[in-house]
Amino acid sequence: MKNYFKDGIKGFRHFVEDGETEEVTRRLMDKIKENRFNAYITVCEDAIERAREIDKNEGDGRLLGMPIAVKDNLSTRGVETTCASKILRGYVPPYDAAVVERLKEEGAIIVGKTNMDEFAMGTTTETSFFGPTRNPWDEDRVPGGSSGGSAAAVASGECIASLGTDTGGSVRCPASFCGISGIKPTYGLVSRYGLIAYSNSLECVGTMGSSIEDASLLLDVISGKDSRDSTSIDPALYRLPSEKFGKIGVLTQFFDGVEEDVLKHVWNAIHKLEDLGIEYEEIDLPNLRYALSSYYIIAMSEASSNLARYDGVRYGLRGKDLDWDTTFSRIRAEGFGKEVKRRILMGTFSLSAGYYGKYYLKALKVRNLIIKDFERAFRKRKLDAIVSPTMPYKPFKLGEKIEDPISMYLSDIYTVPVNLTGLPSVSIPCGFSEGLPIGIQLIGRAFDEETIINIAKIYEENTDHQKKVSGLL
Amino acid sequence: MIDEEDLRQIARLAKIELNDEEVKEFSPQIRSILALFDEIDEVETEDVEPTFHVFGLKNVFREDAASPSLAGEDAIKNAPKKERGYIEGPKIM
Repeated sequence: MKNYFKDGIKGFRHFVEDGETEEVTRRLMDKIKENRFNAYITVCEDAIERAREIDKNEGDGRLLGMPIAVKDNLSTRGVETTCASKILRGYVPPYDAAVVERLKEEGAIIVGKTNMDEFAMGTTTETSFFGPTRNPWDEDRVPGGSSGGSAAAVASGECIASLGTDTGGSVRCPASFCGISGIKPTYGLVSRYGLIAYSNSLECVGTMGSSIEDASLLLDVISGKDSRDSTSIDPALYRLPSEKFGKIGVLTQFFDGVEEDVLKHVWNAIHKLEDLGIEYEEIDLPNLRYALSSYYIIAMSEASSNLARYDGVRYGLRGKDLDWDTTFSRIRAEGFGKEVKRRILMGTFSLSAGYYGKYYLKALKVRNLIIKDFERAFRKRKLDAIVSPTMPYKPFKLGEKIEDPISMYLSDIYTVPVNLTGLPSVSIPCGFSEGLPIGIQLIGRAFDEETIINIAKIYEENTDHQKKVSGLL
Repeated sequence: MIDEEDLRQIARLAKIELNDEEVKEFSPQIRSILALFDEIDEVETEDVEPTFHVFGLKNVFREDAASPSLAGEDAIKNAPKKERGYIEGPKIM
């Protein structure tokens, strides 16, 4: 057994340069097909052929020969894309998502489509129609969600790096639960063209790798304005002055609800950064206690609108044809799982006549207040980043929270404010307790991914948590 | 407050058929989600603008120019029912 992924993307380049891409890819595909953790929904059958071509014609690209996994809500031309939902089974997109195009342009080999919570609605990957993904650190526990398959695949060496999507923490939560690095970029930095929509104003495509370096290389590849996504932005127009303060803010709010060992490791990380010359001060944002309520109102409202398209006419599940109303209502009853139904129902209610102002519009105003809270903290306290635990708990047991939606939603307390504000954020491993990984979150200023990635790198260089990811083929 | 009858009405609007078992299961869950939603009632927002785009982007237009798009057969390839190049839907009338 050889550890091909030990030194991440940089180390794997040697195998590609030595013409071993096909052989390694073949071994990897065998491993993926065993699907020990149920990280994958679909395997890309042409991966070995792609590898053979790379060995034959050298070629170039920053990701040449790299085996990359892609979450199953990102469109892949000619490869089934289901969003882990029964309603989209059999759907084969006729085009690639912008981010998939960019990976391919840089020579990456897409090895498979990863498992996720159905339509990215969840925190554990348990709502997938294809069954839950398991946490490689403990198979009785969840990998986090909704990009649980993408995280488990990296952590178990079933790919070198992966793409996920993050609407309320769906890249950072599973990165934290699986002991890897994940980046949720600034809203608009990465094109959403070809991402199957759940909540447009919140969601972003993000990256995952066994180190922050690999995750940031992937981010570099997929970033950039795309005219096919009208919300994408040219960062040059928004770039902040590159002033650095050498200080971070610690979001100590809600610490009462954080598991003791999680808190211990997060504080250790903050003190480690302090030893490395980064000061900290505790901060508290007045409107943050309304982040969960406004987040869930916005996410569910947008979901109910986006998921109105699933009616079995243009794609997906189709039942017996009766009158249109019954036909559509039965397809949707059969095709959507419980969590998706709950969110569509709540969203339909909050957007219905007489309630729009009380819920959706009000939530958008609260969103503005939360944005201002963050802006003020960064500016007045002169902060480079705001830090918190990524998740308040260690990975929970499969089935532990799935029957209690509210308790599940509350675990997103530190991740959702980032989507409400559009700010960039990373989660990196900061320790282990009872054999389970713990993650710390760094939130940056808009379009200033660089600063939080650099802090993460400094931390990573001086600790060895990320080296525990195995990657044996 | 949403009772079971309200829930059935919302489900009709959302075009999702719910059986009695689901109505029983969802009702209390939906009431507790609504309690979470209602937390924002106490925030004073009278003079606050709503955020539609986090960086205030609006009215993004593209050139009104023709460009290649999906071939017809690719566009309807995934439709479960089709006939002679058309997608077939259920009866409307």
